[in-house]
Amino acid sequence: MNLPDAAIARLRRLDDRPDFGGTRYDLLEEIGRGGMGIVFRAHDRDLDRDVAVKVTAWQTDSDAVRLRREARTLASLEHAGIVAVHEVGRLPDGRVFLVMALARGERLDAHAGRLPLADRLRAFDRICDTVAFAHARGVVHRDLKPANIMVGTFGQVMILDWGLAGGSEPGGTEGYMAPEPSTPQPDARVDVYALGAILRDLIDVSPWPDVSRSTIRPLRSIVARATSADPGARYADAAELAADVRRFADGQAVTAHRETAVERAGRLARVYRTPIALVLTYLAVRVLLLFWSS
Amino acid sequence: MSKPMLGLVLGGVLGVLDGLSALVSAPNDPAVKAGIVGIVFGSTVKGLITGVLIGWFAKKTQSLGLAIAFGLTVGLALAYLVCVMQKLGGMPPYYWQIMLPGGILGVIVGYATFNFRRPAPALSR
Repeated sequence: MNLPDAAIARLRRLDDRPDFGGTRYDLLEEIGRGGMGIVFRAHDRDLDRDVAVKVTAWQTDSDAVRLRREARTLASLEHAGIVAVHEVGRLPDGRVFLVMALARGERLDAHAGRLPLADRLRAFDRICDTVAFAHARGVVHRDLKPANIMVGTFGQVMILDWGLAGGSEPGGTEGYMAPEPSTPQPDARVDVYALGAILRDLIDVSPWPDVSRSTIRPLRSIVARATSADPGARYADAAELAADVRRFADGQAVTAHRETAVERAGRLARVYRTPIALVLTYLAVRVLLLFWSS
Repeated sequence: MSKPMLGLVLGGVLGVLDGLSALVSAPNDPAVKAGIVGIVFGSTVKGLITGVLIGWFAKKTQSLGLAIAFGLTVGLALAYLVCVMQKLGGMPPYYWQIMLPGGILGVIVGYATFNFRRPAPALSR
């Protein structure tokens, strides 16, 4: 008997479904699947709350080691933007499982398209703040991408999938992966590259009618510097990148972009448009009074 | 530098410039030319008082609109006082030429002192 492909896929999923009998978790639904494991939404009967449970796909030692490493990494990083780990253990079938807080919200790429540019930059600032926190503790994510970033109802960001952090095995996602080969001690500039690619996506995900192309030029320069093929040319870490983006948002000159005189004049005119308008109004009144008294 | 101090400095500088601009807006008036020193002095004092009052108010308020409105009111009021003093001194009071620019300068000082040392918008923490 030949089964349809959809039925075979469903059977495979059921086969993958781990047995959580004997634990306090009831599996509800599969919410994600990656190279290392499957993520389920589950209900914690003891605490009466939903959680996320990540289970290795197969009973391989390398996957188990990586999942335990991810658990220890998450446990060492207590930050509002990093999903909290609750428990790590082993199932009767030998697979390792990791219980985490359930990140509710929208993926960054789905969320950002509706926002004006200033709000996208605010979200990016929160992302960089979270990554900078990890960098300050010597942790490099190594797989930053919009799919691993959730944005909550109130704009709070949560960075997921720290499975590659702390390791040196090859990994990452095309388009966000730094071009240099993996090293035993990856440094923060690997994440800076990914953050630059994410910033580029945030700029290009949808049009921004409230801002002109010439205004964005420094932001493009920031992206170019962050995603430079030469790691030495990039920002040293997420904090430095965030500082330059913040300078842009505050109307200041950014380190990644050498302004022409015209660009500088335009930027200052935008930043100080109200006092300039007031002074011009004063001068116009003086000129009118001059003609009037004449 | 505090906001009242900024108001004092800005008000004084704008007062000098405003006083000198009388030579431009009333170039053919011999009374203006003859009394320019007094005009500049008076305009400077007016600017200093206006500036420190507005700077003090800008320190108290959290509303840009109120700071600007206060600046406009004080600028117009002190300019009116100058016109009254001119009239009492036997000179023709230049109401429009003094009050209108005076009011605008009050708005400028109100705006500047309110925004002085305020956190920047957008991505400020």
